[in-house]
Amino acid sequence: MTATTAPRSPSIKALSTRQVSALKVLLFVVALVPAGRLVLAFFQDALGANPIEAITHATGDWTLRFLLITLAVTPLRKLTGWHWLIRLRRMLGLFAFFYAVLHFGTYIVLDQFFDWRAVVLDVLKRPYITVGFAAFVLLVPLAVTSTNAMVRRLGGRRWQALHRSVYGIAILGVVHYWWLVKADVFAPLIYALILAVLLGLRAWWREQERQRQRSAPPPQAKGQGRIIPILPR
Amino acid sequence: MLIKPAADIRPSEITPPALYADRRRFLRLTGASAAALALGGPAELLAAQARDLGPLVKSPFSASEPLTPRKDIVSYNNFYEFGTDKGDPVQYASRMKTEPWTIKVEGLVGKPRTFDLDQLYKLAPLEERIYRLRCVEAWSMVVPWVGFPLAALLKAVEPLGSAKYVEFVSHYDPKVMSTRPVLDWPYREGLRLDEAMHPLTLMAVGLYGEVLPNQNGAPVRLVVPWKYGFKSAKSIVTLRLTDKQPNTSWNDAGPSEYGFYSNVNPDVDHPRWSQAKERRIGDFLKRKTLPFNGYAEQVASLYAGMDLRKHY
Repeated sequence: MTATTAPRSPSIKALSTRQVSALKVLLFVVALVPAGRLVLAFFQDALGANPIEAITHATGDWTLRFLLITLAVTPLRKLTGWHWLIRLRRMLGLFAFFYAVLHFGTYIVLDQFFDWRAVVLDVLKRPYITVGFAAFVLLVPLAVTSTNAMVRRLGGRRWQALHRSVYGIAILGVVHYWWLVKADVFAPLIYALILAVLLGLRAWWREQERQRQRSAPPPQAKGQGRIIPILPR
Repeated sequence: MLIKPAADIRPSEITPPALYADRRRFLRLTGASAAALALGGPAELLAAQARDLGPLVKSPFSASEPLTPRKDIVSYNNFYEFGTDKGDPVQYASRMKTEPWTIKVEGLVGKPRTFDLDQLYKLAPLEERIYRLRCVEAWSMVVPWVGFPLAALLKAVEPLGSAKYVEFVSHYDPKVMSTRPVLDWPYREGLRLDEAMHPLTLMAVGLYGEVLPNQNGAPVRLVVPWKYGFKSAKSIVTLRLTDKQPNTSWNDAGPSEYGFYSNVNPDVDHPRWSQAKERRIGDFLKRKTLPFNGYAEQVASLYAGMDLRKHY
């Protein structure tokens, strides 16, 4: 056996800390592209006849997309073994919140122009706005508790329990979309199907885990099979 | 409501001279539209060349509000047969062939007849009518239509005394239109006969002084300015006079949301959104929506004694 000094073959399964950091910078820039394009299109007068509607729809679409991408991290990680994906999850989730803030801000400022009476009536009387507003409000504590300090303060278990509310938030988001279209539910249906797969996988895995625990003697290692939030280095 | 006389200038006459010169140059270069076809000219342009709307009568019914720019009127459309995105119709409607075209008028009439476009154009002097258009989605435009009163067409077929309603059927061709069952195609709309005979009710064949672009419902469409936009059926092929209230596509799709009457009414909300205000395309702030879209003085009497909350 010869001693070798050759570097480890680079594997996508195990990225170095530096590689993950570079990926995060890239992701940050890419995730800002939809917002940048909107701003550019706005100043180029390229948002069509109804720019406010175009901005409302685009920011809403991107909120849902980032929610689904965030929810795709765990299943992808399990299926591919790319465990570094978890290190991107917080940023993805915060971008979902970023676009949700833009979406809500567009509604308050551009669409209603601070007509608070109309806003309150909308939230109370229009079910699609009620659920959309609820989803937005529920996102706030998740964004607030996204820092390392907050994870530590809450403790992993409680933090995780709180952040599981994102499943419900995503459902509210898709319902919000479904209830606002006039007749063509094709687009919300696509979001609903993707969300169903992402949540369905989780339910299936959980069920499998439960059955394994029932049939097999309890595993030796404590906490095996659990997802514990991993703090970025 | 005060009906102000329209401005002296037709919007079509305010088109920058350079654009007109360009169009003339194009016509000269291409010669007959057949030659243009061979060159692969856009269908919309061909249709616009094929027919001249001639001198237009100015209508006292015209609104004296700033017109919505033509580019917005022809690029922001609800024409679900070509897709449900507002940008779909301008992209795909040119696939629809609008010549030759006929409108068949049948049902409870003394003289059932099929009209071709030449005959339709000659039913009455073509008028330019600037109407407000209020969409059920709470946006609005001001559109300079060109057309003739529907009453002129109906009088020509002599409705029977038993006729109470008019059903409108739009063109549907699955070869060039969407086959997704978003609505029950072909698109159907309906009016009470007195609404159909009202002088404000227009059959439009043009827009901004030129032939109607496909995405706006070429070659001939209904315009009922005091009702939500979807009542104004596009690309009409059949009119049927009946004694029973006809089924309409949107009413079938959502009876609690899209009533048969669908008169613009700020006091009766769509179940999912408010109808109290609207955004005029091009404006930032919303404006208050007017009862009957500002045409109450002319049409409110049609609904005297009716509970408009029930008959939304």
